[in-house]
Amino acid sequence: MTGISELIFEIGLVHYLIVSGSVFGLGTAIALGKRSAIAVLMGIELMLNGSILALLAFSRFPQNTSSEAGLVDGHVFVVFILSVAAAEAAVALALSVLVYRKRETVDLDRINLMRW
Amino acid sequence: MDSPGIVIGFYMMAGLVLGSGTLVFLARNLLHALAFLVISFLGMAGLFLTLSADFIAMAQILIYAGSISVLMVFAVMLTPLASRDNGNTIYVLPGLLAAGGIATFVGFLALDTSWSGPATDFTTTIDLIGNLLLGKYVLAFEIASVLLLFALIGAIMLVQISPSDPEEGEGR
Amino acid sequence: MSSDTRPATPMSRQIAEHRSLLDRALGLPKLVLVALSVALIGFVISQILIGYMVVSGQLDGKWYDIRDFGNAMVSLSDAINSSGMDSRIASTLTYLIPTLLGATGIVSVVGGWLLIGPWAERRLLAKFQIRQGPNRTGPFGLLQSLADALKLMQKEIIIPRGADRFLYFAPPIAVFIPAILGWAPIPWSPKMSYADLDVGVLFVIAISSLGVLAVFMAGWASNNHYSLLGAMRTIAMMISYEIPISVSLLAVVLLTGSTKLSEIVMWQSEQGVWLIMLIPFAALAFLFASTAEINRTPNDIGEAESEIVAGFYTEYSGMKAGLFMAVELGNAILVGALMSTFFLGGYTFFGLETWIPGYLILATKIGLVYFLFVWIRATLPRFRLDQLMGFAWKFLIPVSIALMFLTAIESSILVRWDAPSFLSLGLIALVNVAAAVGLTFVWMRVLFRDTDLSAPPAPILTRKMGGLQAAKVLRG
Repeated sequence: MTGISELIFEIGLVHYLIVSGSVFGLGTAIALGKRSAIAVLMGIELMLNGSILALLAFSRFPQNTSSEAGLVDGHVFVVFILSVAAAEAAVALALSVLVYRKRETVDLDRINLMRW
Repeated sequence: MDSPGIVIGFYMMAGLVLGSGTLVFLARNLLHALAFLVISFLGMAGLFLTLSADFIAMAQILIYAGSISVLMVFAVMLTPLASRDNGNTIYVLPGLLAAGGIATFVGFLALDTSWSGPATDFTTTIDLIGNLLLGKYVLAFEIASVLLLFALIGAIMLVQISPSDPEEGEGR
Repeated sequence: MSSDTRPATPMSRQIAEHRSLLDRALGLPKLVLVALSVALIGFVISQILIGYMVVSGQLDGKWYDIRDFGNAMVSLSDAINSSGMDSRIASTLTYLIPTLLGATGIVSVVGGWLLIGPWAERRLLAKFQIRQGPNRTGPFGLLQSLADALKLMQKEIIIPRGADRFLYFAPPIAVFIPAILGWAPIPWSPKMSYADLDVGVLFVIAISSLGVLAVFMAGWASNNHYSLLGAMRTIAMMISYEIPISVSLLAVVLLTGSTKLSEIVMWQSEQGVWLIMLIPFAALAFLFASTAEINRTPNDIGEAESEIVAGFYTEYSGMKAGLFMAVELGNAILVGALMSTFFLGGYTFFGLETWIPGYLILATKIGLVYFLFVWIRATLPRFRLDQLMGFAWKFLIPVSIALMFLTAIESSILVRWDAPSFLSLGLIALVNVAAAVGLTFVWMRVLFRDTDLSAPPAPILTRKMGGLQAAKVLRG
């Protein structure tokens, strides 16, 4: 019984990992199941957010506390993820605008020129 | 261990993130989905604050809620006839199954493993991050800046309407 | 009949019969005047007494400096902790009570400004244009904004056909969130700050980028072309002018070596210099870019009433439109507070903060910056959209980035060089002013090297139709 109440009231790594996994899963569902290219991009951003949360949680509850500077390694990783996400969003949205100009649609089911 | 504020904050923010993330999936209109996505990003920044990652939380608000969502707004406005609908494809069921599988797998792993580490209390993270970025990870930092520059140039090149090609300009 | 008697037009009669604010204040009942002056003199004397006690060290260790509300909060939480309550309840209370009190304080300060601000702005604009301004409602027309708010609340709420209900109702509320949140890190006195964040500068930038989305949602959900145009213009302008704001705040952080707002103010107070003297270009860029960010003249193209009816809130009626206007004003005073904190020394005034409370100094500075905004509004015409974007991308961003690099070099020298501070800071100020003027001059020459400014280019239509050629042929 104490285990359950401890699990509810003591916020630890487990809670953050569960939230992170759920957000990643939601992102996967949106990225796989949506028709519009922009909605797919939203799903990918949610997946990135989930992984960011996991990284930050690991650096808050580290398993190996050897040095002070090593503790924010997760934060540095997150900075790189953020920059990659920004670059990816810019290029992907430019691509969808370009596809719209050629095909009058951003529906991923109807962009099938390269299909074999 | 934790003060009640942190516990309440964690549950509120987690509920906000997951609830509005679900609404991103369920919303019929793409712009409603976008609004819920922004709320989800803000809740995520709140979760980062409960992890005492203040710099990353601010960067999250600035980059995700402030910039990437504005980029998406621009993309929605520049594709006026196509992208109001937030409909599903036939892959929605496999997608949901994959989502459930991932969430269950990660949750099971997290509950099953015995995590031993104590919580570290950062007083301030911004100077530590700065020292690491310009010390140990300086090469990756420079490569990231080059990547951003290429993304900028690439995005401009992609959507540029060249004046010599009149057919290109009739996209709108 | 002397030659200088002019016919009495209504305008000239109005000017001749005009009584200044002071005249009419002196016309108040004697009792009120006496009471007001006694209160003022008593306040000044009490503040000087407290300041004397602070300087002579009599207050130290015995009792807090009672003018700083932060100290009052500390003593309040001490009292709660020593009252023998359960520790969990006590910690919750020490957390909750100062939070609620501080939030109430911020909201009431902003609300008070929202009541006085429109009246002050309209009166000042009237003075600039030799008019009277609102003077009917209450003494000197002071209750005008209250009357306006009452009028707006009674109006019918009109929802345009085809509007998106959810996105139409959310923005007037959502747009207020950044306008209130932005006040959190601002220090009003040494300890009087709602949340003295370690990442205060980043917080300010991040919060100011949030208003864009609400504006877009308002414009899009109204189902109106004017609204959409206004929203597009506002977004384009906001995301362009965020970059100069960030770069100029980066220069501030480089010099002061901290992203904490209270430490930025402390640095300025310790060095005895305001940052606007050291990095004037960054300060001016911040001021101009924030007028664009908050949609004020000369950059209010998002709601240019002569071009697109009221911009993104064309379709809003009643108190919803009123909320958008109120947010504009709230943002103006928020920018005033940020400008004073970053560049004008915050709550300090070269040692005067010991004698009178810091928040009064900060409020005075906010009022002065607000007066500057009104002055600009009365003076400058509105820019065109392409002029504004060109100014941001071609001039403001490159020049402020170059000057930011210069500031970085200077600050690294400042850390290593062991010179008296007035010498090094004076050198920095001189170099920065010279660099700003020189770069502006050179960059303008580079930008306009092909442009013959004496002969403006002919309109494209005329040129395409051969009109100019035809005219030359005709003339020749």
